[in-house]
Amino acid sequence: MELSGITRTYDTGAVHVKALRGIDLTVEAGEFLAIMGPSGSGKSTLMNVLGCLDRPTSGRYLLDGIDVASLARSKLARVRNRTLGFVFQAFHLLPRTTARENVELPLLYREEELSWKEIHRRAARALDQVGLADRMDHTPNELSGGQKQRVAIARALVTEPRILLADEPTGNLDSRTSLEILALLQDLNEEGITILMVTHEPDVAAFTSRTVRLRDGLLRSDRRHDALAARTAISNWVDEDEDDAPHTDPTGPGPAAEAAGVDA
Amino acid sequence: MKLSAIPYSAIKALRRNTMRTLLTALGIIIGVGAVITMVGLGQGASAEVREQVNRLGQNVVLVFPGDRQLGGVSIGGGSANTLTVEDARAIRDEIPEVVASSPEVRSQRVLVYGNRNWATPVYGQSQDYLQIRDWPMESGRMFTEEEVAEAALVGVVGQTVVQELFEGADPIGETVRVRGLPIEIIGVLAPKGMSLMGSVQDDLMIIPYTTGFQRVSGRSHAMVINVQVFDEGSIPIAQEKIRDLLRERHRLAPYQDDDFTIQNQEEVAEVATETSRVMTWLLGSIAAISLFVGGIGIMNVMLVSVTERTREVGLRLAVGARAPDVLLQFLIEAVILCLLGGLGGILMGVVATELIASWAGWPALFSVEAMVLAVGVSAIVGIFFGFYPAWKASRLDPITALRRE
Repeated sequence: MELSGITRTYDTGAVHVKALRGIDLTVEAGEFLAIMGPSGSGKSTLMNVLGCLDRPTSGRYLLDGIDVASLARSKLARVRNRTLGFVFQAFHLLPRTTARENVELPLLYREEELSWKEIHRRAARALDQVGLADRMDHTPNELSGGQKQRVAIARALVTEPRILLADEPTGNLDSRTSLEILALLQDLNEEGITILMVTHEPDVAAFTSRTVRLRDGLLRSDRRHDALAARTAISNWVDEDEDDAPHTDPTGPGPAAEAAGVDA
Repeated sequence: MKLSAIPYSAIKALRRNTMRTLLTALGIIIGVGAVITMVGLGQGASAEVREQVNRLGQNVVLVFPGDRQLGGVSIGGGSANTLTVEDARAIRDEIPEVVASSPEVRSQRVLVYGNRNWATPVYGQSQDYLQIRDWPMESGRMFTEEEVAEAALVGVVGQTVVQELFEGADPIGETVRVRGLPIEIIGVLAPKGMSLMGSVQDDLMIIPYTTGFQRVSGRSHAMVINVQVFDEGSIPIAQEKIRDLLRERHRLAPYQDDDFTIQNQEEVAEVATETSRVMTWLLGSIAAISLFVGGIGIMNVMLVSVTERTREVGLRLAVGARAPDVLLQFLIEAVILCLLGGLGGILMGVVATELIASWAGWPALFSVEAMVLAVGVSAIVGIFFGFYPAWKASRLDPITALRRE
């Protein structure tokens, strides 16, 4: 992914809101990138542009060597379906629809049609990947918050995307569940999927290998750091927790953040 | 997108709101049901009319009394006293194409038998009437020319009279009283069913016109003269000759209009068919309006559904649905909703038609075409009224749609 001089201006009547004012960013395959910034800094807009949900007002956005900034709406839909996976803060699962059917949804919009058998198989595999093989026939209201987000991740994974875009994936979850989700994302990253995650929590950003900060539509800082430390810390932490349940302090990945040494 | 997934997800979405789906479909059910019922009854009436024309008899020409012009003023309508018994006889005797004629007089009279009575139309006719109407006897015999000549107190009765007055027992040889006159039943007519005007034809008694005119109905002139022509090809010539004969007999000057009307059975049929066709159209269009209203209900519900499911649309767009995919999804949903209504409507229409037909004693006819048409129309209603909401959904921007609460 290569962004150069990306701007995005919203035309709301008389006022021009410059949400992005020239972003240059290159993300290599296999990176785990956190996008941080205060509200109004343009991080959501950047995420929409990166996710091909929105087109930049100007600038070049190369995704796999293709300039997607100028593609038509239907072409963008194809790119989203084939290359990208989305995870949202609010999960966005279809109500009264089983986990399996929720996961199958993106496959229904595949350009090359798959057989129902193949669709079922892939959905089952994706759910297995997020550890929910036994919850396939549960509807969202029968699942906990963490399980819902896992279903959403499975839905993002089912198309075997190269890039996963996560918009505050832990924003609606408690710390314990957040840890599980972040660990899952790290696992996926290790398997080779590029992950871009918007967050405003430094603790969460600590699980990534690179953090960029936005302010007023411009990139202010770009740091690479060792995610492995955070990962080790978290696995120890989760292991410990499994050993001496019930666990007592679900308040946050404190040790992980320290180990990662992020400037919070 | 995977096409077989569209109807599946549409049905799923409809089932998520079962009550709303049923209520919306009810609009279409009532609309389609009304169309089917009205068209069914209308077509039944038309078919009955066609059958009646055949039952009217063989090569029948009817002469009705018409307006009589008196100094340019029309006096009396169809019941004018212009046709006499002698006219009927003259038509039979003087026109070679005519094989039989019967002056008709009709009056509603109470028949008394023992301690029972029954009000029925009593017809005065000639001995040839049953031949003209192609109406067979079930038992007994028709009165003869001699009995007509001597104004005998004899009569034949239809099935309804047998049922109502004699409670199904054999009436031949029994005597009923009509206006104090003792009339002996000498024959029973075969069942005939309903007439052009929808009345039961089997509810009647036929007596010689000689008895019928003065003594039973109190009339001096014929209400209709039933005429039978020997073959179909001769009908126009016969009509022309009857006209000339009657004008001469009524001493009409060339400048005067006919004081009678001659119709053959085709013309009678046309009038009756036309009437029933107009009724069918009228009822059908009222029913169509209710179908239209049902369609508006569909549009309303689909609009609500699109608004409610904005986030779902946003998600579908985000994971790769294109605008046409979303459009198709909502369109198919509306069409399935309408087709459900269409099928329910057929069911309701068939039941309603049967109920009305059996309750009112009307004939009803179901055609496969009407049902196919109803389903087709409901699908079109679905497309027509579902298009705007579906289009609206497909125009949504994924970002704003996802953010909508």
